[in-house]
Amino acid sequence: MFTSNHFAELSAFIPPVVMQAYVVIMILLVAGGTIYDVLHKRSAEYFFRAKEKSEKLATKQLGSGKKASLAIQTVVVEGLLSGEFCNPRRRIAHLLGMYGFVIYLVATIVMVFAYPTPAAPTPAIWPVLWYIGALMVCVGGYWFWFFIRVDVASEGYSPFRLVRADLFIVSLLASVTLGLIWSFVQATGSGAWANVFLGLYLIATTVLFGSIPWSKFSHMFFKPAAAFQKRVEKANGFRRNLPAPADSPEIYGSARRQPQNY
Amino acid sequence: MPTFVYMTSCDGCGHCVDICPSDIMHIDTTYRRAYNIEPNFCWECYSCVKACPQNAIDVRGYAEFAPMGHSVRVLREEEKGTISWRIKFRDGREKNFVSPIRTTPWGSIKGPSDYEKPSPEALNSQELAHEPEILNIEGGLPALKRNQLKKGFRKGL
Repeated sequence: MFTSNHFAELSAFIPPVVMQAYVVIMILLVAGGTIYDVLHKRSAEYFFRAKEKSEKLATKQLGSGKKASLAIQTVVVEGLLSGEFCNPRRRIAHLLGMYGFVIYLVATIVMVFAYPTPAAPTPAIWPVLWYIGALMVCVGGYWFWFFIRVDVASEGYSPFRLVRADLFIVSLLASVTLGLIWSFVQATGSGAWANVFLGLYLIATTVLFGSIPWSKFSHMFFKPAAAFQKRVEKANGFRRNLPAPADSPEIYGSARRQPQNY
Repeated sequence: MPTFVYMTSCDGCGHCVDICPSDIMHIDTTYRRAYNIEPNFCWECYSCVKACPQNAIDVRGYAEFAPMGHSVRVLREEEKGTISWRIKFRDGREKNFVSPIRTTPWGSIKGPSDYEKPSPEALNSQELAHEPEILNIEGGLPALKRNQLKKGFRKGL
């Protein structure tokens, strides 16, 4: 089961061109949804206005070398390592979800486009990567959903309370979980149930990629730009009105007792 | 002056939700970001401002004496043990303060769970939990004895 391409097996019932067209439509929905989101919420306008303000109030000019260095730091720390999360559990969950989703997505696209039928044997690595990616998303996502989410961990709400902010995580988990169930049911040969779960998998996946204007899916495109701008503002002295970093003081304390923390 | 959250800087970690003594910092149901649900009930303790790891919480002055354009920002640097405040007035004046986060060694203050659980009988005592040991008063707290009270003082007089 873990080494067979379930999309190729499905080609007996659904022509590969239909599957490929579905993937292309999903990619177009992501692109269109992101552009609509930017225009509707005017987030790009706000971003560039804030950038202009930061440049106007900057106390020092940054050279291209410094900016390149900040860009590399952003890619490595915020982009690849999710360094902006202060909670280590949340960071690990996010890394599992992020890398799992990328692996799952790439494996899906490769299997659907490069090995769409059993006539083109799929290297075992791609189905294995698909399962690994999907399981990573499930581990990170359900961990977040049941234990880390602030609504549950801090506010005491039931993990089953659904609000609009949950649209992205719920549709992502539903899509991946139903995909895993469908592949398992299809491998066991239960044709009717396989069709049921395939239908549910397609609905959840369409909601995931089609709900971008209402979900936080597009944060993966905005976040690196915002993180880079934050680093630039820190380096150019604007700091969004924050105080300058303190000099490490030698002595602090009240008249009543000697300080002991330095 | 109650607090408010810059939603674009907040990452919804929930530190402010945990620390707010007035329970007015909550998570927005649309974007999963923190916000002050009831500024009128803010104690202005600024615990959330100091706790926010993203520096996403600012202080909003009342319009009568702190019109738009001011800002009160805080930078908490735990590794240095300092907390810095930058107060910016609308007329351009600026005040900067740096203080220690605390004046006792880290970890030297015991939390409630580090103490022995009080017995049910302790509820009848006039002393608070873990008194007098916690107050470092030798021999216990001074208290008036019955024979020190004014003679003739009785209920109804």
